[in-house]
Amino acid sequence: MRQIQPRRNYLGAVGWLWAGNYKVERYLYILHRITGLGILFFLLLHLIMTTVFRIQGQDVWEATMAILHNPWFKIGEYLVVVAFVYHALNGLRLILQELGFLMVRPAPPIYPYRDSLRRKRPWTIAMIAVVVILALVFFYDFIAGGW
Amino acid sequence: MDKNNLITFKVQRYDPEHDRIPHFQEFMVPSGKCLTVLEGLLYIKENLDSSLAFRASCRMAICGSCGILINNYPNLACHTQIEEFHSDTLTVKPLPNLPIIKDLVVDLIPFFNTHKSIKPYILRQDAEEMEKPTAEYAQPPRALETLLQFTHCIKCGICISACPTSASDRLFLGPQALSQCYRYCTDNRDEGEKERFPMVDTDHGVWHCHLAGACSEACPKGVDPALAIQLLKRRLVSRAVALGKKQQPSSTVPSPAETKPKLPFPGFTVK
Repeated sequence: MRQIQPRRNYLGAVGWLWAGNYKVERYLYILHRITGLGILFFLLLHLIMTTVFRIQGQDVWEATMAILHNPWFKIGEYLVVVAFVYHALNGLRLILQELGFLMVRPAPPIYPYRDSLRRKRPWTIAMIAVVVILALVFFYDFIAGGW
Repeated sequence: MDKNNLITFKVQRYDPEHDRIPHFQEFMVPSGKCLTVLEGLLYIKENLDSSLAFRASCRMAICGSCGILINNYPNLACHTQIEEFHSDTLTVKPLPNLPIIKDLVVDLIPFFNTHKSIKPYILRQDAEEMEKPTAEYAQPPRALETLLQFTHCIKCGICISACPTSASDRLFLGPQALSQCYRYCTDNRDEGEKERFPMVDTDHGVWHCHLAGACSEACPKGVDPALAIQLLKRRLVSRAVALGKKQQPSSTVPSPAETKPKLPFPGFTVK
């Protein structure tokens, strides 16, 4: 009998980043990963700024601060705030749902099927609404602060 | 079949003996009302290209053989109407995250082995009763309702292909095996938690599920594996912190039935 090696067909990182026709929780999963990496990148940048650059004297520190007053860095700061708010609130939703709260009880599947995440979607939408409201509040704060 | 209404089936082909990488081949299939994707594939097999390989059996979403990726969404070919896409072109690919044997046929053996690894059967401490059963274990209807949803799994592999974690972690047990683990752990006749928990309480087990919910959305039988996995996490946490009730496994003696008081038998109307 001939033995044929099956071809590997793992989607890899594309499987994380491409959500296609899946519903909102699948997109929130992608955003959760991206915001997590973004916050981590900010933390590394922040630590480098406040340690390596700071000990090199006042001139270096002031030159660094001048770069950071660039509007692009301000937009980046705003995005870090929004990413933090989203990551925190979505993380709270995930903790609650992963511990079985905000999930329905198992029930015999009757067509059309409605899974527990779909039944509890109003809570997910409410979480997104809070993130949007806080993003607008912080946007006003950034504008009022004069960038 | 309506010969005037033609649908283009863009099918991914791969022959391990001749092809280095998969490629697409187009077929024109006559479409009509209530025609499923599986019937389209059968039309291609019978009339256009007999070398096309795909797996199908029951044609009624029971056997779980015909899971494929239709327009980049995993579903059962027999369960999907061509009309529901409102498109002249249909892209058909094998299920991702499972090895391809040929064309649309994927290798389900590793998937079945993972399913077997979580011991999907009733485990009891009383070995003698398991070897030589004297009576059936009692299960009240309420206890059955807590697991009935998860028994509907037909092992089609669609949840594995929808799961973003399975896409990158080859050691991940997958939504199917984890949901079946919960199905047996929550069974009031079972006492196999000690044997199953070390297998799922790992980085590649239940804790690698990040609740994307794709498995439950794609499941063609409404099993809701995401719910089962979260309830399994809850169970693991509650055991770790010694909270929550631990049910005693049911005995072989049937519990006394809790029935309503019997209605009096109506008197005969004809004498």
